[in-house]
Amino acid sequence: MSEITAEQVAHLANLARIDLSSAEIDRLTIELGQIVDSVAKVAEVATPDVPATSHPMPLTNVFRDDVVVPSLTVDQALSGAPDRAGDKFRVPAILDEE
Amino acid sequence: MAKAELMDYDKALELFEPVLGFEVHVELNTKTKMFCGCANEFGSGANTNTCPTCLGLPGGLPQVNRQAIESSIRLGLALGCEIAEYSRFARKNYFYPDTAKNFQTSQYDEPIAFNGQLTIELESGRQVTVDIERAHMEDDAGKLTHMGGAAGRIQGADYSLVDYNRGGVPLVEIVTQMIEGGEADAPEIGKTYVAAIREIVKALGVSNARMEEGNVRCDANVSLRPRGSNILGTRTETKNVNSLRSVERAVRYEIQRQAALLHAGGTITQETRHWHEDTGVTSAGRPKSDADDYRYFPEPDLVPVAPSRAWVEELRATLPEPPAARRKRLQADWGFVNLEFQDVVNSDLLDVMEATIAAGAPAQAARKWWTGEIARLANAAGVSADSLVTPAQVAALIELITDGTLTDRLARQVLEGVIAGEGTPSEVVASRGLAVVSDDGPLIAAIDEALASQPDVLAKIRDGKVQAAGAVIGAVMKAMRGQADAARVRELVLKRAGSAE
Repeated sequence: MSEITAEQVAHLANLARIDLSSAEIDRLTIELGQIVDSVAKVAEVATPDVPATSHPMPLTNVFRDDVVVPSLTVDQALSGAPDRAGDKFRVPAILDEE
Repeated sequence: MAKAELMDYDKALELFEPVLGFEVHVELNTKTKMFCGCANEFGSGANTNTCPTCLGLPGGLPQVNRQAIESSIRLGLALGCEIAEYSRFARKNYFYPDTAKNFQTSQYDEPIAFNGQLTIELESGRQVTVDIERAHMEDDAGKLTHMGGAAGRIQGADYSLVDYNRGGVPLVEIVTQMIEGGEADAPEIGKTYVAAIREIVKALGVSNARMEEGNVRCDANVSLRPRGSNILGTRTETKNVNSLRSVERAVRYEIQRQAALLHAGGTITQETRHWHEDTGVTSAGRPKSDADDYRYFPEPDLVPVAPSRAWVEELRATLPEPPAARRKRLQADWGFVNLEFQDVVNSDLLDVMEATIAAGAPAQAARKWWTGEIARLANAAGVSADSLVTPAQVAALIELITDGTLTDRLARQVLEGVIAGEGTPSEVVASRGLAVVSDDGPLIAAIDEALASQPDVLAKIRDGKVQAAGAVIGAVMKAMRGQADAARVRELVLKRAGSAE
């Protein structure tokens, strides 16, 4: 069985800013454990001559030329913002006075 | 903000050994951003250079800028690094409004360049070799402006405004290994190292390298190790130290602050600190916490970068002479003493000096004009010296002095004319009628007139008091509107007065 704990799931949820109930944490602990176990199964058959794969396609060096293309207008860029001030996004203060 | 206790610098060094580390971010001067075709431009209207990719909107897909890769490889090579055969981008996940993507596209365990070295020379002549751990590619964050609270500082702000024009601009982050043995030179090592990086990226042409515009930014890591101990102290990371002088001051400040704290039995918190340019102090920022668990993973939307050895060698062939080697060569060629050469370097006049001398001017004359009159006029106008005149014009001006057409005084007037756009030095001489009067006829007439009007002076000169001739020479030079060679005038005055000399 995997070693995923409820504490780890709660920690990850916190990092990802996802508010989980304790019932959800319990369920995800089991589900994530199963995923980790499944991946471990694959690791059993992978021999040392098989390199780790991050990309399924055998492609490298896909580049674009350094040519400017039109950007969004300011209004388009800001259209999804919860709040704006002039041409800037307005966001809550981040750090408290220390 | 409570003012920190500082220990006397010399005492701090008696008790502790400073250990340094630097992370220098270099903004590349590509036309477009790292992963999208938005313009990479400083000073555009807020949020005018954004698109779904750099704003992290659904459907946006990154595409790697080839020029940014080339610039990164060239920078890596110039820092003596090996270039990875296989390099990947990774997502560095964090929540902060300076990125709308909620991650920075960076590199983690497979940076494009690694294992470099940079040897710097301090003012004392001491050479220090800084080991470069890695130089990796990433994209820059947007610019936050903190409103309300304490004068735009992050602490106590009421809200923040974000401009994402800078978000996605290509960066190379250069990370050093630990720098030990710096001792009392530690602050100068910081300054000189960052200056050397700046000079290299400028010579490569990969960055505008303007620290005041944030093209080169430095994070300084400082820790102290008690003498006799081999256990490293806890380090602090002072963020965004954005001038050479500030790097020096910030390192020195942290040494003094940490020493006082440790000596009083306190402990150093591993934290980021903010540098305050105005007051010259650092203040505590965020301590390291859970939020620093960035959960790096390979960027699934970008395929790996695997530069062929042929491409790397092709790029290596484009590297300019290393700035430090070039300086050594030029100083030797020009025969300048350190002070003279530093003057040229500090005024950022190496390129124009080299061109002026290549155009035929003697090195000392070129230095005299560029660091003297031209620098003075440039200062007064608030522009750079090389924007006023060209090396060719300065060389031509010096030529006119050397061949006796102009005195220094006349040359200054010619220079004014050239700067005013009146043409080449020769054209200004002709149009303003500024050449030295080399025909003795008019000079003798002016001298005789001056002597006749000052009979007492004439008498003195005849008696051998040649220093009295000054008054006559002055009157003649005035009558000639400065267009005479003072040495020749003196010669003629003594002759006409019948002096014994």
